[in-house]
Amino acid sequence: MNPRTTRLRQESLDTLPTISAERALLLTEFYREHLGRLSTPLLRARSFLHLCEKKTLFLGEGELIVGERGPVPKAVPTYPELTCHSLEDLRVLDSRPKTWYRVAPEVLAAYEETVIPYWRGRSMRDQIFPALPAEWHEAYAAGVFTEFMEQRAPGHTVLDDKVYRKGMNDFRREIAAAISVLDFEHDPEALDRREELLAMDVSCEALVRFAERHAALAEKEAATEPDPARRAELRKIAEVCRRVPAEAPRDFHEALQTYWFCHLGVMTELNGWDAFSPGHLDQHLLPFYRKGLADGTLTEASARELIECFFVKFNNHPAPPKVGVTAAESGTYTDFANINLAGLLADGSDGSNEVTHLLLDVIDEMHLLQPSSNVQVSRKTPDTVLKHVLRVLRKGYGFPSIFNADTVVEEQLRQGKTLEDARAGGCSGCVEVGAFGKEAYILTGYFNLVKVLELALHDGVDPRTGARLGPATGDAASHATFDDLYRAFEAQLGHLVDLKVRGNQIIERLYATRMPAPFLSVLTDDCIAKGRDYNAGGARYNNTFIQAVGIGTVTDALAAVRRLVFDEHGLSLADLVAALDADFEWNEPLRQRLVHKMPKYGNDDDAADDLMLRVFRSSFAAIDGRPSARGGTYRLEMLPTTCHVYFGEVCGATPDGRHAGKPLSEGISPVQGADRRGPTAVFRSAGKMDHVKTGGTLLNMKFAPSVLAGEEGIARLSQLVRTYFRSDGHHVQFNVVSRETLEAAKADPESHRDLIVRVAGYSDYFCDLSDALKDEIIARTEQTEL
Amino acid sequence: MAGESGQGGRTGTIFNVQRGSFHDGPGIRTTVFLKGCPLRCPWCHNPEGISPAPEVLVSDSRCLSCGSCEAACPRPEGPLPAGSVVGRDGCLACRACVEACPSASREVAGRTMTVAEVLAEILRDRPVYEESGGGVTFSGGEPLGQPIFLLAALEACRREGLHATVDTCGFAPRETVLGVATQADLFLWDVKTLDPQRHLALTGVPLEPILANLAAVTRTGVPIWLRIPVIPGVNDDEASIARAAALATRTPSVRRVSLLPYHRTANGKRDRLGRGTDPARGASPTLADAPSPTPERMAALAALFAPTGIETTIGG
Repeated sequence: MNPRTTRLRQESLDTLPTISAERALLLTEFYREHLGRLSTPLLRARSFLHLCEKKTLFLGEGELIVGERGPVPKAVPTYPELTCHSLEDLRVLDSRPKTWYRVAPEVLAAYEETVIPYWRGRSMRDQIFPALPAEWHEAYAAGVFTEFMEQRAPGHTVLDDKVYRKGMNDFRREIAAAISVLDFEHDPEALDRREELLAMDVSCEALVRFAERHAALAEKEAATEPDPARRAELRKIAEVCRRVPAEAPRDFHEALQTYWFCHLGVMTELNGWDAFSPGHLDQHLLPFYRKGLADGTLTEASARELIECFFVKFNNHPAPPKVGVTAAESGTYTDFANINLAGLLADGSDGSNEVTHLLLDVIDEMHLLQPSSNVQVSRKTPDTVLKHVLRVLRKGYGFPSIFNADTVVEEQLRQGKTLEDARAGGCSGCVEVGAFGKEAYILTGYFNLVKVLELALHDGVDPRTGARLGPATGDAASHATFDDLYRAFEAQLGHLVDLKVRGNQIIERLYATRMPAPFLSVLTDDCIAKGRDYNAGGARYNNTFIQAVGIGTVTDALAAVRRLVFDEHGLSLADLVAALDADFEWNEPLRQRLVHKMPKYGNDDDAADDLMLRVFRSSFAAIDGRPSARGGTYRLEMLPTTCHVYFGEVCGATPDGRHAGKPLSEGISPVQGADRRGPTAVFRSAGKMDHVKTGGTLLNMKFAPSVLAGEEGIARLSQLVRTYFRSDGHHVQFNVVSRETLEAAKADPESHRDLIVRVAGYSDYFCDLSDALKDEIIARTEQTEL
Repeated sequence: MAGESGQGGRTGTIFNVQRGSFHDGPGIRTTVFLKGCPLRCPWCHNPEGISPAPEVLVSDSRCLSCGSCEAACPRPEGPLPAGSVVGRDGCLACRACVEACPSASREVAGRTMTVAEVLAEILRDRPVYEESGGGVTFSGGEPLGQPIFLLAALEACRREGLHATVDTCGFAPRETVLGVATQADLFLWDVKTLDPQRHLALTGVPLEPILANLAAVTRTGVPIWLRIPVIPGVNDDEASIARAAALATRTPSVRRVSLLPYHRTANGKRDRLGRGTDPARGASPTLADAPSPTPERMAALAALFAPTGIETTIGG
């Protein structure tokens, strides 16, 4: 980093997240005047234009890439048309110990006087909840599943290369052409299409207006800027903002600014989940980078500086504030904008290039919370790229995460996409797969597999509350065989997935009819061609995901029941359930036996892994292939964000020896500490799952930095990754552990039993070492990091 | 001891099969630890591998004092204490106490496995070996202490096309060493000290046959990686390491030298074997608390190998 980007980065880190009421107030002002006078798509597009014309602009000292979502960095706007925060919500946001947002008194006053009186009862949340059946509410309250769209819009979208080839004026010409061929005589939806297309046109105009305002601001500041160097920069910023996004970018600077305006547009229009992502940034920037180097308008250093300025922008944008269950399922400031590296080109050739390495250097040097980064590794990806990634990862930031580009293509082909669209697609958010720029792939919420088992063990009744949530499938004593119990599990699963889907269908339809996203539709093929909104099935591909959580815990629980109750006859199922209900009180030996002596997923032990496969197949059968309200298809994903903690809180003790309220396993990772046979066994176990049938799986693995020391450590890790990917593994994330983790492991060994540390001529589990040696290794780790 | 039904039925006493090993030869490997060692090095980091017989390990910190082991044990006096040899003193070797222990605080180091069983375990990671250029490493204890099993296992690996490494102290009959050399792809050859008197005093066996075996193996052409545990007060001085460098120079098949810094790893295992750090039970009073050589010291010692031209690593 140079002095400029060092300072910008530090300012971003030092700025506290606040809530801004500006967007809410501007929107209220617009709706008050126009609601009822415009079609819904035009109401949305015109309110977007109003925001772009009125919102406070920010042009920070020394910035080269400009534009903020709020009036200043880290000021987070609210979206009262989706969820109207109560004063109590705002006070909670201000005061909660984790992921807080400072709320100034004037924000509270604006909400009390203006925002709440207008939006209470009108917001999507206030329309969604009353539309859902009572049974849905009971399951939601019990923690069987969560619902993404109750506070945030469908989103999760990633851009392809179109905005580097076309400006907003080009899109407007396409929209005009689409309007001109509308067939009012034969197409009963022609009017709806026209309104939608007109709305898209207005939203293109809105973004251009937004950019022009920035140009004017930069020109104004240039006029009074005493420093000639900064004056020239401001004039360049003005020139860039006059050009893009109205027209296609011509150089590296314009390309980055183009994406950033599109990002701000999408995030100003609605607060779609997982923000918005540029996709294959290295591939998109490459032509501008090479051209700039060739014609002398760019150097490696100036390209690096621009990328660093661009990265700071992402970090200035904490996630829109979430409350309640939604805060619990995704309790982080990260908004999951995710930059893709390497991967494949649409023609199937290797997509990595010199910008891949440049971006990796920036990721390494800046190590910001946002943007997230990931690399898609195909069989064609050179080892030099993977090893560069691992050298960054080894520093313990937890990124970039690593995806299997070949599996990502195969997953998409199974979903019926073209080969070219699949190759140009990739992963976003945590691990989710989509066709970039051409798909609405909507996550609908997490699904608690462990709760399902709990219901199967309790005749469909939630032992925590006594409420009936599922069908009466018999109490514990009624299951004479393991297969009887498993049938009860499948019956509960089927019932609750049905319920979740019923809710989703209602919510999807509400968004399709009442909350279109015309600007996002401009950026997503084939919304213009179809004259249909992103939220109404306008995208070329439409997949709707349910994310199953806790497969490790549920596998180990089932394996323990099968072994202890039905194979060894050591205990009746009724007695085991009674022990679970008492959270193992007075029964620590039983709990220890369940923890230490039963088959565990993650050890390449088929006695457990076969059950993982069985649960996976049941989940897949219950979800995959069902039609969605947007004309797409339901799919299964295996990822938790932070929901495994919340789902654990609502589940009692489980037959794997887990105490009531403790977190569930996360993603497809083994239960924390249950994998005792090293990384290759974890990969073998996880590789048994049919990843190709999912829309993404998440595997986390911990390493001590010393294990990965030197180039040999990097080589070994890259070989492990390649081996996992040979078994079609979708994703792996390495957590190279810090001193803090080692100290936590020492204080709480049971939760850290899988922590591998390099000891002497071999590696060992940290918790198996003597206290003195643990202390020594803690000290040694510091040396390693010096 | 030989099994009944062909080579695959031959049995050995194994105390660990470690998958995903990064540091026991090239690539990613599975390391099979054979029980029993003729040496008595006080710094041994696998003390549960020294005795050829299965032994009881007890982790006091994990024990719940629940009485499960006592209830399960058919022996009138109850289960054997930590460090006992399984099957002695009226023990029926039924392992009921181990099975019954809910917290896995009671374990037995050493179980009988057939070559076929060991091979099945090794083969689970074949894709890892193929990707990494790894394979299997037989270590211990001292793998040459179970020559019939080892040879059968090496042959089985060879039939599967696996790269096989033998990690040895080199103290074994010449014909055993040469027999193994016909089947192994690589030796990891441990060198403790090259002072004959100190070697005898510290390890309990003479140095000379080890060096003679090394010379004999060299003539077979099987590549060798020398592994030198750097032990405080034993061989962490320049003169000792320089002698090792001279040995490496005059042993043409040495392809790599690894200096392994001493760590107090074994203390925990010694505790679980009931031996603790008591010198009367074989612990070294000076090593139990000895610090590891510093990275700077290790680097300085590794530099002594620079003139040999042989690749030298610290650790692994």
